[in-house]
Amino acid sequence: MAIPITYNLRHLRQRPGATAMTAVGIALTVAIALFILALLGGLRQAFARSGQPLNVLVLRKGSTAEVSSTVTEQQAALLRTMPGIAKNAAGQPMVSPELVVVVSLPQRDGAGPNNVTVRGLGPIGMQLRPQVHLVQGRWFHAGQREVDVSQSVARRYRHAHVGGSIRFGQGQWRVVGIFAAGNTAPSSEIWGDVHQMQGDFQRQGVFSSVLLQAASPVEASALVRRVSSDQQLELHGTHEQAYYAQQTQSGAPIEFVGWVVALIMAIGSCFAAMNTMYAAVAYREREIGTLRMLGFSRPSILGCFVLESLMLAVLGWALAVVVMLPLNGLTTGTMNNATFSEVVFQIKMTPAVLGWALAFALLMGLIGGLAPAWQAARREIVSALRA
Amino acid sequence: MTTTAPFPAPAKTVAEPDIVEAEHIGKVFHRDSFEVVALEDVSLTIARGDFVALMGPSGSGKTTLLNMIAAVDRPTSGTMRVMGQDIYRLNDREAARWRNEKIGYIFQTFNLIPVLTAAENVELPLLLTRLSKGERREHVETALRLVGLQDRMGHLPKQLSGGQEQRVAIARAIVSDPAILLADEPTGDLDRQSAAEVLEIMTRLNQEFRKTVVMVTHDAHAAGYAHVTRHLEKGHLQA
Repeated sequence: MAIPITYNLRHLRQRPGATAMTAVGIALTVAIALFILALLGGLRQAFARSGQPLNVLVLRKGSTAEVSSTVTEQQAALLRTMPGIAKNAAGQPMVSPELVVVVSLPQRDGAGPNNVTVRGLGPIGMQLRPQVHLVQGRWFHAGQREVDVSQSVARRYRHAHVGGSIRFGQGQWRVVGIFAAGNTAPSSEIWGDVHQMQGDFQRQGVFSSVLLQAASPVEASALVRRVSSDQQLELHGTHEQAYYAQQTQSGAPIEFVGWVVALIMAIGSCFAAMNTMYAAVAYREREIGTLRMLGFSRPSILGCFVLESLMLAVLGWALAVVVMLPLNGLTTGTMNNATFSEVVFQIKMTPAVLGWALAFALLMGLIGGLAPAWQAARREIVSALRA
Repeated sequence: MTTTAPFPAPAKTVAEPDIVEAEHIGKVFHRDSFEVVALEDVSLTIARGDFVALMGPSGSGKTTLLNMIAAVDRPTSGTMRVMGQDIYRLNDREAARWRNEKIGYIFQTFNLIPVLTAAENVELPLLLTRLSKGERREHVETALRLVGLQDRMGHLPKQLSGGQEQRVAIARAIVSDPAILLADEPTGDLDRQSAAEVLEIMTRLNQEFRKTVVMVTHDAHAAGYAHVTRHLEKGHLQA
């Protein structure tokens, strides 16, 4: 059996100043890491939940995003005839040609205009996105200058409420409903009738993309292959889930900057932990000698001091969690590099995020504690007892 | 010089080997460019059940010799067998285990762990054994009862007097039932009354429980409790 944990706990309690300072140092670093992890977790979740497993998104060959793709009406008509496409209850093929444009809208808080994705689609498009449901008002009518906005758009943009009027394209659009999309990609969008949008944006006869639903997972893969290999079509098919997963890279700049900051702070925190532990070892040399005299081995001493450093790290992690937990569920947005519009997502402190942050804190504790613990373990008994 | 104590040594069993056999032990410390001879050609045998006092002025090598018996210091020459074991053949981990099982060490400055209670301090050596929590508790109570501190189990060292601290340290030294008790100036930091109590306990451990006691001391009165007193002078054991 090792040296009891109470030994470490009471020592930490005996020097509250040093313990608190080190724990706060670690907590600051862990808080940054937690924030990045929670942010990216939310972003990944927003995109990962967006795609339906049977859906296939068709874009122009070479395009990586809907906003930069064009699909003609003829191409869309050809797609509709392809085998393997599911049909709805009315016997219509589940094919949705859609127009995606990015518009600039003024924000409610006066922070200036921001890019928002506007999607023109028809009833089939809505059926292809079962996660989307109306929470207020009604759906837009075909042929009308009406739109439905997502909850986050309603919250963040001026006049984006039921009965309000927002301006883009050729003029004003009346907001007739608000929909929820459960933190998936459409939760950052505005929806309207595809044909009305085509007219307004002078894109008659042209769509941005076509969303198809395959009859089965096997057919979905077959459709992807069929569309992409058809020389005549000059289009490219992707599983909808894969398309959104790729867009998670929108968080890459945040991730990069965040980790650089966290890394620099982590180095500082490691040194803080190291300093505290070196002081602890120096202060307790005679205790180390006594423990060794009683029969505790060098590995026991090493483990004891590493454990104490890890306890400091856990304390720092707990502090960081307490400070950061109020941010859980907070909605924020970032620029989607693929669509040049804002993607809205929630900061998610999931168990996995907390777990990774704990691992990060423990790593700092380990790095900070290893050298002092090694020094303690290497100390000769006789000289330690004379200290 | 060898002197005889007023307490008689317990009867020795026939053909029982000596518990400590040191032959031609030498120890040289290197400090910067100087060589300091701590021990020179020391040969010593201690029989099982003996109570030996090692006396001598500061720097005479008493503690060095004690540390060698505890396998925490190594001689630069000579051999040492303790309970038949060539202790310098043991590696670090084996020596630690051996110490835990065979040696009880009592320090001048008590060396209790300040953040642990008396009972927790006494329990420490038992954490390295296979005893269950209940068994450990039983051993700790027995050891503390033996030194008259069964009512101080939950006290921290700072809540105890010097004499009580040393008695807790003795309980810690005997809790794993070692054959040898090594005491380095056990009464050096105590008043006369407390010193007498500690020496009485050590005598009782030697006489009733047949522990072999090797005690380093400056104090002739303390040495008077031993059966045998050996004197060290500048690293030499006096005849």
